[in-house]
Amino acid sequence: MASEADASFEDLYRRLEEVVQRLEQGGLGLEEAIALYEEGMRLAVRCRQMLERAQLRITRLRDELGLYTDEGTGLLPPAYEEAEADLELE
Amino acid sequence: MLEAWSVSRLASAVQSLLRGEARLQDLWLEGELSNLRSSYSGHLYFTLKDDVAQVRCVMFGGQWRSLGLENGQQVLAHGRVDFWEVRGDLQFYADFVQPAGVGIWQAQFEMLRARLEAEGLFDPARKRPLPRFPRRIGVATSPTGHVFHDICQVIARRWPLAEVVLAPTPVQGPDAVAGLCWAIRRLNEEGVDVVIVARGGGSLEELWAFNEEQVARAIFASRVPVVSGVGHEPDVTIADLVADVRASTPSAAAEIVAPDCRELLRDLQEATTSLARGATEAVSERRQAVARAVAALDRSLPDVASLSARALALGQRCLLLAQQRTRHLDDLLQSLGRRLASLDPRATLARGYAIVRRRGGPVVTSLSQVKGGDLLDVYVADGQFPAEVQRQYGF
Repeated sequence: MASEADASFEDLYRRLEEVVQRLEQGGLGLEEAIALYEEGMRLAVRCRQMLERAQLRITRLRDELGLYTDEGTGLLPPAYEEAEADLELE
Repeated sequence: MLEAWSVSRLASAVQSLLRGEARLQDLWLEGELSNLRSSYSGHLYFTLKDDVAQVRCVMFGGQWRSLGLENGQQVLAHGRVDFWEVRGDLQFYADFVQPAGVGIWQAQFEMLRARLEAEGLFDPARKRPLPRFPRRIGVATSPTGHVFHDICQVIARRWPLAEVVLAPTPVQGPDAVAGLCWAIRRLNEEGVDVVIVARGGGSLEELWAFNEEQVARAIFASRVPVVSGVGHEPDVTIADLVADVRASTPSAAAEIVAPDCRELLRDLQEATTSLARGATEAVSERRQAVARAVAALDRSLPDVASLSARALALGQRCLLLAQQRTRHLDDLLQSLGRRLASLDPRATLARGYAIVRRRGGPVVTSLSQVKGGDLLDVYVADGQFPAEVQRQYGF
């Protein structure tokens, strides 16, 4: 993994699963076990933060076929009128 | 200009007339079967008729064999109309026949399903797994109405890490097929991880775009997995059959695509517990190993406690033996003492005997030891006195 800072959730979560599995298999040196533990805890915190801080992004592609001549005139629900509106979590 | 046509010219004129009439080239025809017969080459010939008219029909290939057709049966046939110039007949070239009574939409559906199924578009082996954590979720649906809103709500609740990319398209009416095909292709170009094709419930006619071959092929051509969520639970469309995963409604499609972050948070909690347990186990394993090493070390040292116990026991045994031995000697001494006491000559003197000793010589036990004039010492019980030998008398 190049860097934890800009890794995707999937990368982090995969690595976390790997770390947990290795630690659960046992048979590791003490130093290694503790290093894995620390890495796993760091990954878990990072994943949790990503989940808790995420906000859904919505992008609307341009109507290339010209099927919506009335685009932007209120046919969309207000929340989605912006091309990249953020949907707030409840 | 007055001119006589050849028969062939008439035939080809009729043909081009018929072939130019789109309505007659993609036609559903309902009527009663009669004159059923099959040729050596496997084609089926029959006549379709009603009360006033009849038309000759032919169906090529052997696919009619499984249909169990009989004379007198009312059927719905799909095909095109053409003129067979060799016999001068107007003919209906059927490509699909099924018993009447199911409705024309259903018949259309069955026909396309049979064809696409034979082509392998529904093959279960082709169904692709959905991405576990989709980053970009494409949605092909109408920008108006509740469907897109519902999908966004589900995804926002379950998987807010995602970006939803909407490709707006009509989902019914004349533009729906072109719009849906464009949306699916465009979302693929956009690099989404998965595509949801969705529409709310409606009549069979309103859902019809999802039963069109072009839409089916657009879904089939998608490089990323497609999840269909069309109509309500019981509605199955051709799009559902081609899609990698079929959901019963648009919201259900969103649920299938979006992992649940609350579940993931619980999994993360479990992961930290596992991590802590793993680390604790690793430490306690080491601790036990140290304890075992210490125990082994202990065992390898001489056992002072048991040695000293043994020494103590030996000492006690010595003491016991010594005590027994001294008691025995005491007893011996006492008995010797008693025996000595019994041999003490003074006890005899007390009874009136005396010991006579030549002065400076031995005890006198015989006459021969003395002569007149010898000085003697006489010992009695309480002392001694000197004496002198005057004469000897033998007994």
